[in-house]
Amino acid sequence: MSDDTFEPKIVGFLCNWCSYRAADLAGSARIKYASNVRIIRVMCSGRVDPNFVLQALSQGADGVMIAGCHPGECHYINQNYKTMRRFIMLKHVLRQMGLEDERLRLVWASAAEGQQLAEAVDKMVDEVRRVGPLNWRQNWQEDVDREDALQSIVKEREELMEVVA
Amino acid sequence: MTDNPTENQPATTDQPEASKPKGKLALYWAASCGGCEIAVLGIHEKILDVAAAFDVVFWPCATDGKVHHVEKMPDGSIDVCLFNGGIRTSEHEYMAQLLRKKSKVLVAFGSCAHEGCIPGLANLSSRKEVFDTVYRETSSTENPDDLRPQRETDVPEGTLHLPVFYDTLKTLDQTVPVDYYLPGCPPEADRIWEALVAIVQGTLPEPGSVIGLDSTVCDECSRKRNEKKIRGFKRTWEVIPDEETCLLEQGIVCAGIATRAGCGALCPQVNSPCIGCHGPAQGAHDQGAQLMAALASVIDSEDPEEIERIIAEGIPDPVGSFYRFSLAASTLRRSKFGPSAAASSRGKVGGEASNTEASHVGATNE
Amino acid sequence: MSKRVSIDPITRLEGHGKIDIFLDDEGEVAGAYLQIPELRGFERFCVGRPVEEMPNLTSRICGVCPEAHHMAATKALDNVFHVDPPRAAKKLRELFYSIFYATDHTTHFYALGGPDFVVGPEAPAAERNILGVIAKVGMDVAGRVLKMRRDGHHLIKMIGGRPVHPNWGLPGGVSRGINEEQRAEIEQLGRDAIEFAKFSLQVFDDLVLGNTDYVGLITGGVYTHQTYNMGTVDENNHVNFYDGKIRVTDPEGAEHAKYDPVDYRDYVAERVEPWSYLKFPYLKKVGWKGFVDGKDSGVYKCTPLSRLNAADGMATPLAQAEYERFYETLGGKPVHHTLATHWARLIELLYAAERWVELATDPEITSREYRVLPTQTPTEGVGCVEAPRGTLTHHYSTDERGIVTKVNLIVGTTNNNAPICMSVKKAAQGLIHKGEVSEGLLNKVEMAFRAYDPCFGCATHSLPGRMPLVVNLRNAEGDVLQTLSQFVD
Repeated sequence: MSDDTFEPKIVGFLCNWCSYRAADLAGSARIKYASNVRIIRVMCSGRVDPNFVLQALSQGADGVMIAGCHPGECHYINQNYKTMRRFIMLKHVLRQMGLEDERLRLVWASAAEGQQLAEAVDKMVDEVRRVGPLNWRQNWQEDVDREDALQSIVKEREELMEVVA
Repeated sequence: MTDNPTENQPATTDQPEASKPKGKLALYWAASCGGCEIAVLGIHEKILDVAAAFDVVFWPCATDGKVHHVEKMPDGSIDVCLFNGGIRTSEHEYMAQLLRKKSKVLVAFGSCAHEGCIPGLANLSSRKEVFDTVYRETSSTENPDDLRPQRETDVPEGTLHLPVFYDTLKTLDQTVPVDYYLPGCPPEADRIWEALVAIVQGTLPEPGSVIGLDSTVCDECSRKRNEKKIRGFKRTWEVIPDEETCLLEQGIVCAGIATRAGCGALCPQVNSPCIGCHGPAQGAHDQGAQLMAALASVIDSEDPEEIERIIAEGIPDPVGSFYRFSLAASTLRRSKFGPSAAASSRGKVGGEASNTEASHVGATNE
Repeated sequence: MSKRVSIDPITRLEGHGKIDIFLDDEGEVAGAYLQIPELRGFERFCVGRPVEEMPNLTSRICGVCPEAHHMAATKALDNVFHVDPPRAAKKLRELFYSIFYATDHTTHFYALGGPDFVVGPEAPAAERNILGVIAKVGMDVAGRVLKMRRDGHHLIKMIGGRPVHPNWGLPGGVSRGINEEQRAEIEQLGRDAIEFAKFSLQVFDDLVLGNTDYVGLITGGVYTHQTYNMGTVDENNHVNFYDGKIRVTDPEGAEHAKYDPVDYRDYVAERVEPWSYLKFPYLKKVGWKGFVDGKDSGVYKCTPLSRLNAADGMATPLAQAEYERFYETLGGKPVHHTLATHWARLIELLYAAERWVELATDPEITSREYRVLPTQTPTEGVGCVEAPRGTLTHHYSTDERGIVTKVNLIVGTTNNNAPICMSVKKAAQGLIHKGEVSEGLLNKVEMAFRAYDPCFGCATHSLPGRMPLVVNLRNAEGDVLQTLSQFVD
């Protein structure tokens, strides 16, 4: 369900050594790209706990991007393989929870790849725009009026005959 | 860890009239199985000490107190209420609100009240799906008029009422403010006794705390641990595990690595993996996230296709395996409703194994 | 506009329920309904789970009889995977099950059934519980009951992993066996259990059968219904809790059906009423005729009394002797007096204890062959056991990876939903007149429900405010050195 005026809110976890520098580069080179990603800098993509992703999605994000160094180039040697494995685990869980694949992306970008990172951002924003807003907390709403249901219980109990001990 | 009190303790010789007045204790069950009640009785003879310290003012399984008795109690007059079971219907919500009002201290007792427990797995479905299965699709059900339970039904003599079954099962603290949590499905007798002693002696931790141990089940488990390098996960029905070695190392998904200690690692003692019934370890809010991270660390592969295969084959039900007891309390709490959810394999597991690869920027393939 | 009285919640049993009673203008009972106001949805949310998890998932249906669900699920797994467990595994499972049965029946009799008889149905509410029983028969009884429950849960934990919600059953066997040291302890505690069962039957004889008022209560009409009876029997038509064929007898005692569990759908169907979340099973071949008694009505019961009615005898000698005495005393088979269920339960307790010792002394019981691995692709299977409250059926279908695609459960007490409703209505109509309703009278209506032992007994203690207690400290010669007491007048 897409909405023409809908602007996706995407949270991006970018690693300090590669992908964040790529974003910096895109900025200083004045490359135009979608402004929908709220960037959070982490020292390594391996710092991204699965719970960060879940929190973002449950608190209003329409999508989450994790960006790290290319495999084999991680500043901390091989932590981005952990990122990869966690990402795959998360994908399976989120799919089962009914979230579209487009809402979680893992991107590898080296510090020199500013243009390419910008394109990856644009692409994700487009895809999330197409699948629509997530509005996760609406899932927690009941389709019945809870107050009314509780009041029914009170009323029903008020109608009862008093019983002596 | 002691197994059972072996001595038959006689009744206390103190005359209760001489000591301080008894506290008022209530126990209530919402959407529960009754196991927490049986667990309370697992303290065996020590129940006499409980009886010496408390008047039980409401306990439907044991005493004949009714809801209208509770409604007439002054607010805050119940000293401690041990509330087990999840909030599934409007009646459970009503009772949670009532007991919160009447109790000084409200304890979310056991996994259901604490984190939703097994019935929380219904949060992968909606009310309609649950009702359609139970009242139409099950193979011995004969329901030619396709009836469903109704909030009100007129019968010749009057009107009958049923509470509303909510779409989402909630934990107790998602419903009313909770003072303490006692984890476990059910909590073990030793932990229950410790909590009761703390209540009586006034040595409870800060309000809002989980009354439990700090470490994980691994700490309590006597199996031998080496380095973990898993190249594949096995399901319990397809392997007979070695009795001495860590189960996770043998490729069996054991949730102990992400589960709060407190049980003494009982399940691995009978060669079964921990299934996570005590909830996340201290400091972790989302047990599934903790377990995902832990398992991601031990998978021994750097090839995305192989990792995908290991997970898809070895863990065919990720939500059920990672959030078996804690789905209702997890960050997301339930699956997504709506047509787009139906399209992306909600309720089906394994789904299409589409694109779990990372994309390299600048790469042309997806 | 009729007046409505509500018993909410019903107490001293498992689960949630309320009874709504409608009075007409003359103050007579126009109608009474037992409603089950909740559902959790296991038949839905178990879909999508790996089938080998079912023993652990379904055990959370009930924390008083988790062993029953665990066992039915494990047997269903054998059938889903088309694997036959080794003989030693089956014996181990039945041993575990017998221990559970003895423990559970103890819990029910001393906390639920016992009080209504031992202390009396008209006794004050505060006395109608295990402590009232103790005050009447002594601390000695309390100690023995506590020991039986403690022993039982200790062994359940030893064998199955945990005292509540074991983690033990697998397709093709169980996850661990027992060694000789454990076996010896199991045997000894089993012999203690036999003595305890005999003792309990003696308690029943002295306090209930020796009291003409109670005998009148048992054999009177208010708590009697003529329905079909269901239970599981072995190849000799003796009661068996763990395995066998399901046998149904009609209100006159003739066999209506005897079938393999896998065929259950040919015999049993479930109806839906909009005023209860719990479905109403009935016998298909007889048909649903409403909440009525008789041979033409498909309503059936599934309780210890039903099991004795549906069988030809007990498989162990002491229990068989009690079985014969039971029917002699009550005038032959079948017995329809619902309150006699309490007696039937104690006979089952004795059988469970005898079977416990039989299996504990079987030479194969410490075998290391307690498990084989399945080799075939999983498809579909049914597993049945007798839960203490009635025949328990688990039925699963899976895909080729063993992921559950369909679940059907008919749970013990569910079988009795219709007869319980009938019992409650009959009791209400018989007891409430001219609009006079008191809490004591309502409790007598509840007694009609409690006789079925609806799944939950609160075990050894219910806790009124002031527990009367006398403890005598004796020396080796038996002289009383000191007496301690509280709240004893």
